[in-house]
Amino acid sequence: MKAAVIVFPGTNREQDMVDALSACMGNDPILVWHGDPTVPDVDLIVLPGGFSYGDYLRSGAMAARSPVMRDIIAKSEKGVPVLGVCNGFQILTETGMLPGALMRNADLKFVCKDVRLKVETSQSLFAGGYQAGQVIRVPVAHHDGNYFADEETLDRLEDRGQIAFRYCDEDGGLNRDANPNGSIRNIAGIYNEAKTVLGMMPHPENMIESAQGGTDGLALFSGMVEALS
Amino acid sequence: MTDVTITPELVAEHGLTEEEYGRVLALQGREPTITELGIYSVMWSEHCSYKSSKKWLKTLPTEAPWVICGPGENAGVVDIGDGQAAIFKMESHNHPSFIEPYQGAATGVGGIMRDVFTMGARPIANMNALRFGHPDHAKTRHLVAGVVAGIGGYGNCMGVPTVGGECDFHPSYNGNILVNAMTVGLASTDAIFYSAAAGVGNPVVYVGSKTGRDGIHGATMASAEFDDDSEEKRPTVQVGDPFTEKLLLEACLELMATDAIVAIQDMGAAGLTSSSVEMAGKGGVGIELNLNEVPARETHMTAYELMLSESQERMLMVLKPGSQGQAKAIFDKWELDFAVIGRLTDTGHIVLKKDGDRVADIPLDGLNDAAPEYDRPWTETAARAPLDPAGVAEPDDYADALMRLMACPDVASKRWIWEQYDHLIRGHTLQRPGSDAAVVRIPDSRKGLAITTDCTPRYCYADPRTGGAQAVAESWRNITATGAKPLAMTDCMNFGNPERPQIMGQFAGCIMGMGDAGRALDYPIVSGNVSLYNETNGEAVLPTPAIGGVGLLDDVDAMATVAFKQAGDAVIVVGAGRGHLGSSLYLREITGSEDGPPPAVDLEAERRNGDFVRQLIRGGKVTACHDLSDGGLAVGLAEMCLAGGMGAEVSLPASDLPRHAALFGEDQARYVLSVVAGSADEVIDAAASAGVPANVIGKTTGDGHLTVGECFTISVADMRRAHEQWLPDYMAAP
Amino acid sequence: MKARVHVTLKTGVLDPQGKAVAHALDSLGFEGVNDVRQGKYLELDLAENDPDKAHAAVDDMCRKLLANMVIENYAIELDT
Repeated sequence: MKAAVIVFPGTNREQDMVDALSACMGNDPILVWHGDPTVPDVDLIVLPGGFSYGDYLRSGAMAARSPVMRDIIAKSEKGVPVLGVCNGFQILTETGMLPGALMRNADLKFVCKDVRLKVETSQSLFAGGYQAGQVIRVPVAHHDGNYFADEETLDRLEDRGQIAFRYCDEDGGLNRDANPNGSIRNIAGIYNEAKTVLGMMPHPENMIESAQGGTDGLALFSGMVEALS
Repeated sequence: MTDVTITPELVAEHGLTEEEYGRVLALQGREPTITELGIYSVMWSEHCSYKSSKKWLKTLPTEAPWVICGPGENAGVVDIGDGQAAIFKMESHNHPSFIEPYQGAATGVGGIMRDVFTMGARPIANMNALRFGHPDHAKTRHLVAGVVAGIGGYGNCMGVPTVGGECDFHPSYNGNILVNAMTVGLASTDAIFYSAAAGVGNPVVYVGSKTGRDGIHGATMASAEFDDDSEEKRPTVQVGDPFTEKLLLEACLELMATDAIVAIQDMGAAGLTSSSVEMAGKGGVGIELNLNEVPARETHMTAYELMLSESQERMLMVLKPGSQGQAKAIFDKWELDFAVIGRLTDTGHIVLKKDGDRVADIPLDGLNDAAPEYDRPWTETAARAPLDPAGVAEPDDYADALMRLMACPDVASKRWIWEQYDHLIRGHTLQRPGSDAAVVRIPDSRKGLAITTDCTPRYCYADPRTGGAQAVAESWRNITATGAKPLAMTDCMNFGNPERPQIMGQFAGCIMGMGDAGRALDYPIVSGNVSLYNETNGEAVLPTPAIGGVGLLDDVDAMATVAFKQAGDAVIVVGAGRGHLGSSLYLREITGSEDGPPPAVDLEAERRNGDFVRQLIRGGKVTACHDLSDGGLAVGLAEMCLAGGMGAEVSLPASDLPRHAALFGEDQARYVLSVVAGSADEVIDAAASAGVPANVIGKTTGDGHLTVGECFTISVADMRRAHEQWLPDYMAAP
Repeated sequence: MKARVHVTLKTGVLDPQGKAVAHALDSLGFEGVNDVRQGKYLELDLAENDPDKAHAAVDDMCRKLLANMVIENYAIELDT
């Protein structure tokens, strides 16, 4: 399996993503600079975390308009899987590849801590390593992770099984205290309709070995590698 | 600019004394231009020249076989084996953070990271030591919120984890908060970059952001006492742009991987002035700059403004001949300004040109070597009478006393702060904030760096020499408690007005104590910063020599953490408890007194006990380890229970000490360990043969309670609530 | 010519920053502030001098970058 990790000016979690992917793939993903007109042919394109363009104007807004994104949109339309984590999720919503928007956290503060996620479905090439309903622990680290979409869009997402992860408590309960950023309906990650694009705020790539305090993020990568190899 | 007449008022506004101005006249052989006056003013400011502190700083231990570069460069460098070096420094940004907390703290973080990556290191961890005024002071809440957001805003965007630090409150900081930021970077020992310029004719290159009128006179502001007008100085505060600094970091590291750079220095305080003067001065060459080539953000900037601006995210480099093209291509890729603004000369002078005019011409050896150096008069702080613990009131209710300590501002959880810092990015944070020391792994290795910041200002105030030694010893102990070997430290010396003999006495005392401890523990100081004049209307801050320590773990799998791991482990206290309550947290929080001397620091015992504990940890004998400091044994045990979600049942070692003194005394050189029950005897025997006092005091439990003999039983869950709730509740209050 | 662009959150989109400002105003003793909505203000210096063309260009900029049409509205003013 081959993967490409896209680097924008201000991207800063690309190495974390490379570490997680190479641990599962057995080879290093290709780093692609945002100014490159095309992404090489790969089995997976990843938009990693960071502060592309300093989060200026809106998080992800300027990266979404960079040259390489045109090629990524084209490849995605042809079915190449795309994973966006944190700033990557913000970029995906800014391009319209995923619906909704990520706004400033409800309490206005940057938040870095472990959260619990409920895996809503394992029926995707990304989440095959999990069971539906499973509760996993991974960290978040963001200032703008407050997911918003209008009710109609949200209902459609739910109907079509496009919710990937929701913030929950240790027992899988969906409540306000378990929600670190005010996201509507506790949404932490969503798919596109074809489930070939996943955007999520939490960082599974920072929870892949016990030295990091847990390994719940690993199954996302190992599951993806299994599905795409 | 030649039309500005230099009046005595103008000289005074530039912070130069009459005598200092006399030196300027002698060195120049004429009246200086306004640009020259500005340059002398900032170079001879306390901040850049260390004129009050130099005499004392020279007495500190700075060498060890593993020290590659001590004080005097952008940051200190220590060898960590395998061809790698840790590069680190701590720096203050106190005055700017008081005036504009978000930007002041943010640019402080940006500045210290530049100091580290200037030397060729990728920053891998940030720390910070914060001191705020009394929680009830009208400004405190606003300052905490702004400083924390600023530190996070900058470090998070840079992608450098902020892994720990400390945060205390005391009324002496009401008008002068302390914001000390530390960065640790990782470099190859064969690719470390220094600032001494060399090669007459070599191009001098400016990279990074454009120059605006930000922070003009920041360096002199950092060397002046506050008065009530200071808050009017707002327009001179610099604004940070972490996005640009992230690009600058990547561009510099990319260029450093080539062979193009002769010397490099960041433009920090006093911007272009200090960087060009120091680079040329250290290299023993001259430098000529054409200020028309400096990338400017604003129009009609004068030579004076260009030289004194403190715009952030800028670097000055001397390149090898013929490498400009390669260097420029890298900076173009990262969309950063790149301008050749001058060249090195053999004149020994700094010569500045603007619009064809020579606006400044200063002999560098005069500017550097003839800088004033003062042996300021100082008076020794009077020793305090011993405080008999038997004379200190016992608490009515021990459980309540411990709850109050766990929820007091200095001990309460700082989660509200560190959850606003990305402490996990890079994926190598092995001990998160809230530990004795943070631990970050060295990528692709089994090694880790233990990092800590420490100081107990109330001890320094009561007895500067003991307090200085204690700050170093606690730093050394916190690193030891992870199993790491302490390597070296950086310091941030925060004091009041050194022209007052009493303050100068605090400074001298702390330095002497730090020197004593550094020598005894083989723990040299490799970098640092001095921040004086931290006082408002004559009210000085407590003497605060913040110590940033770095240690090395050879194998992170053999690391110890504070958390109790399992029920049934034996709990052991290492070190002698003498029930010292003078200047203790118990005395202050429970009885309302800040009286008495600090605990004695026995450096031989520190070393003996610490070496013993480290050896135990490395031998895999220890399931948890915590050093004892604020609040003594009781608070130490409580923190270990909280971290592990475990209980413990202990009784006080047999002694004739009053119970509250044994529980809350802050005697030094002590640790609490847990070991699996079966190996307790072996550990006690080993301690006896090493001449280290050690006692089994009880065991860990799974029942969720901390019980100390006949003193109290307290629910760990209740304690957690009290410990976690103080800061969020405080910050949420209107 | 100069263009001024105001970007504001659409009605119904929660504005935590505006809410915080309203709260702060209230605690400072400013009464009668029913609601605060925070937005962005951008100044564009354009080479174009024809108002219609300039307006059309800025409108396009707003849709493509300056505003996020999922959550934001915009208003354009031109200095003629």
